[in-house]
Amino acid sequence: MNGVHDMGGMDGFGKVAPDPHEVPFHADWQARCFALNRVMGSAGEWNIDIGRYWIETLPPAVYLSSSYYRKWLLRLERLCLDRGLVSEAELANGHSTGPGRPLKRQPLSGPEAGAAVSRPNHDQPPRAPALFAVGQKVRARNIHPRSHTRLPRFTRGHLGTIERIQGCHTYPDAMVEKNIKQGEWLYTVVFEGLELWGPDAEVGATVSIEAFEPYLESV
Amino acid sequence: MSGSHQHDHDHEHGSELSEMQLRVRALETILTEKGYVDPAALDSIIETYETKIGPHIGARVVARAWIDTDFRTALIADASKAIARLGLEQKVGDHLIAVANTLTTHNMIVCTLCSCYPWDLLGLPPAWYKSAPYRARTVKEPRKVLADFGVTLPEDTKVRVWDSTAETRFIVLPMRPAGTEGWSEEKLASLVTRDSMIGTGFPKAANEVAP
Repeated sequence: MNGVHDMGGMDGFGKVAPDPHEVPFHADWQARCFALNRVMGSAGEWNIDIGRYWIETLPPAVYLSSSYYRKWLLRLERLCLDRGLVSEAELANGHSTGPGRPLKRQPLSGPEAGAAVSRPNHDQPPRAPALFAVGQKVRARNIHPRSHTRLPRFTRGHLGTIERIQGCHTYPDAMVEKNIKQGEWLYTVVFEGLELWGPDAEVGATVSIEAFEPYLESV
Repeated sequence: MSGSHQHDHDHEHGSELSEMQLRVRALETILTEKGYVDPAALDSIIETYETKIGPHIGARVVARAWIDTDFRTALIADASKAIARLGLEQKVGDHLIAVANTLTTHNMIVCTLCSCYPWDLLGLPPAWYKSAPYRARTVKEPRKVLADFGVTLPEDTKVRVWDSTAETRFIVLPMRPAGTEGWSEEKLASLVTRDSMIGTGFPKAANEVAP
């Protein structure tokens, strides 16, 4: 979807503000919210792609004015409501009014849960040989799907070069739209700054994205 | 735009803070009462990201690559596989990619679409990495973003920005600082800053650490 989350190339947000006094969490609720998302995300009720989509579909003004972990809370509340894990009345009252239902998977539990947190592998068996080869010129397709996509707007319609073939990975677009694990070839595609930004590009800058095969066409 | 509104609002305003405290507490209570969530698991996950997973892991990987050519070659070829062989206490996930800075090319990592970041090696991302200015500007004006960090590159150095748009995760392998010949891996690791592994900074100079 053409949402405000797709920020690459936008102006007007001001300077980047490094913080010399960084801590992992600035408040206890942020830490609890983070961990709640990790635990509920391990229950098999949704996956990483669906989780991202439910942040992207926050109203644009809410997305832009909410802190990072506020977005995580809003996403978790909405997903729990959508999956029938909690009710509006329960959220309003702050207590459960009935037992839970069985989850698709046993979520992370116990005092050793932290050691068990891991990033899953995203490899999928290829359905066909890779269409593109390293060094080949490609164009990022001019597509604007309404659902979830990982093709950033700033690359669409532009010419790039296949630099690496990263294997065949779960295709996020199909995961969100059709709830299926579809394997698609994943490429690192590099674009010249001039191609993306014209005369406003910085000299000598290039940008790459990780592009799934359906995002690309041969030229 | 002015003042705190340039930030990602990670430093909350008072009203949002109390609202968030209440809402997170409510959700945790409900999910716990229903038996979905074990509070001990929450504590453990928080402790892991506060105390165990952080840039010290990436720093060790970089320092090893500086002293061990075979490891460096393996790291560039397949970072997940190479790092798994180091026998780190905390396992790292698949699809990790190390990109090496050279005299001619400087690498920077960003996620324009959300906040993808090599958690396994660097811990949770800093607020600025997740902020709108960093996500919006890095792909268009990387040198101006570097200026916000007080970093200036030679004019003829090429800048390569890696947008983390899939489940591949990137770490920058910065160049080894001059004057560190013969240093131990541990001492070298003390030079490796978190920002140098994102590409928004350099490692410390040799004279910046205690002899």
